[in-house]
Amino acid sequence: MVRNPEDSDVWNILESVLDPEVPAVSIVELGMVRFVERAPGGNLRVGISPTYTGCPATDVIVRSAREALEGAGFAHTEIQTVLSPPWTTDWITEEGRAKLEAYGIAPPVGSSADKRSLFAPSPAVRCPRCKSLHTTRVSNFGSTACKALFQCDDCREPFDYFKCL
Amino acid sequence: MKWATCDLADYALRKADDTLVLGQRLSEWCGHGPVLEQDIALTNVALDLIGQARGYYQMAAAWRADGSTEDDLAYRRDAHLYGNHLLVELPNGHWGDTLARQFFFDAYNFFLLEQLSKSPVPELSALAQKAYKEVSYHAQFSAEWIIRLGDGTDESHTKIQQSVNRLWAYTGELFEDTDLDRKLDGAVPLPSTFRADWLQKMREVFALATLELPDPNAYMQKGGLHGRHTEHLGYILAEMQYLPRAYPDAKW
Ligand SMILES: [Zn+2]
Repeated sequence: MVRNPEDSDVWNILESVLDPEVPAVSIVELGMVRFVERAPGGNLRVGISPTYTGCPATDVIVRSAREALEGAGFAHTEIQTVLSPPWTTDWITEEGRAKLEAYGIAPPVGSSADKRSLFAPSPAVRCPRCKSLHTTRVSNFGSTACKALFQCDDCREPFDYFKCL
Repeated sequence: MKWATCDLADYALRKADDTLVLGQRLSEWCGHGPVLEQDIALTNVALDLIGQARGYYQMAAAWRADGSTEDDLAYRRDAHLYGNHLLVELPNGHWGDTLARQFFFDAYNFFLLEQLSKSPVPELSALAQKAYKEVSYHAQFSAEWIIRLGDGTDESHTKIQQSVNRLWAYTGELFEDTDLDRKLDGAVPLPSTFRADWLQKMREVFALATLELPDPNAYMQKGGLHGRHTEHLGYILAEMQYLPRAYPDAKW
């Protein structure tokens, strides 16, 4: 990801665009915005990487980003879908991770490279409520494509885990 | 590029058809899973597969360059034009049948995408790299269920062994090298080249599941890649295509 200081106005606008399925974090904090480019004519090009191929939020996110930019006066914005390299949870920023946890979603643990093998053991995921590491994976699939379902063995609360991808 | 775009389009279509038909099949479980978590898991897998299908259909539409869109390719083709494997169109049956079918396909898809990620065709490698990560979760899920059912009660063991035996004849086609694969030599992997990896994964998981691996050299069903399908595909398409065909201008 290349972030030029002269484009900070654009980045700031994109930081206001939230993922509708995880409304605690912006698409910048999720690492979905890959580049911002200004063409000589004032036209803007923004690259966005979808999180999952079937994520129904992708279209909404692209539309919201366009609307936010248009609302701020960038009338001609081309939004390009960037598939390669594929989006990974490794790109979620530190602030993004902290916000996820505060929202009640445990942030991804470790690097996505760790789970390239079948039957990798579950990572020790911290309960976002009581911070216990005694948690159990209930299911690798949760309320949205990006989440797994966990339960805390201490406070007994179920919670979402933003799984490594 | 040294490969004909019409061949690349046909290849992308086969992959699109596989993932769309299986995604459609799995979504039939929505609201019918044995417990909520499993219901959600299968619909998540279905969603990933339909997302992958979209990527392949968009690619195919671009390579065909005949004005057809991803929707035309999914909704305006009849069964004999579909190039999916027979395995993915088979009915869901019971939970064990669905998971056996899923495990066979997930392991195939996992090794296919691993190879396809290295394709020199940027569109294919980009989608494959993305899908590979999703499919590793699918394969883990279905493998865990094979082990749980096989190494479970006497009844679950008997039933999953029966599912495996019944579906086995549809696994040979996954590794059939067709003329299309050969024409795209260098751009896409020959399916026969990752059959050994797939069989090894079967042996590994079946051993943990205390299940018997059927004979890899048994008689195998074929035809799906060439448009010769089981009677089941027509029913899936009839349901899936009804709305866009009845109301061609319908918009969400
Ligand atoms: Zn807790």
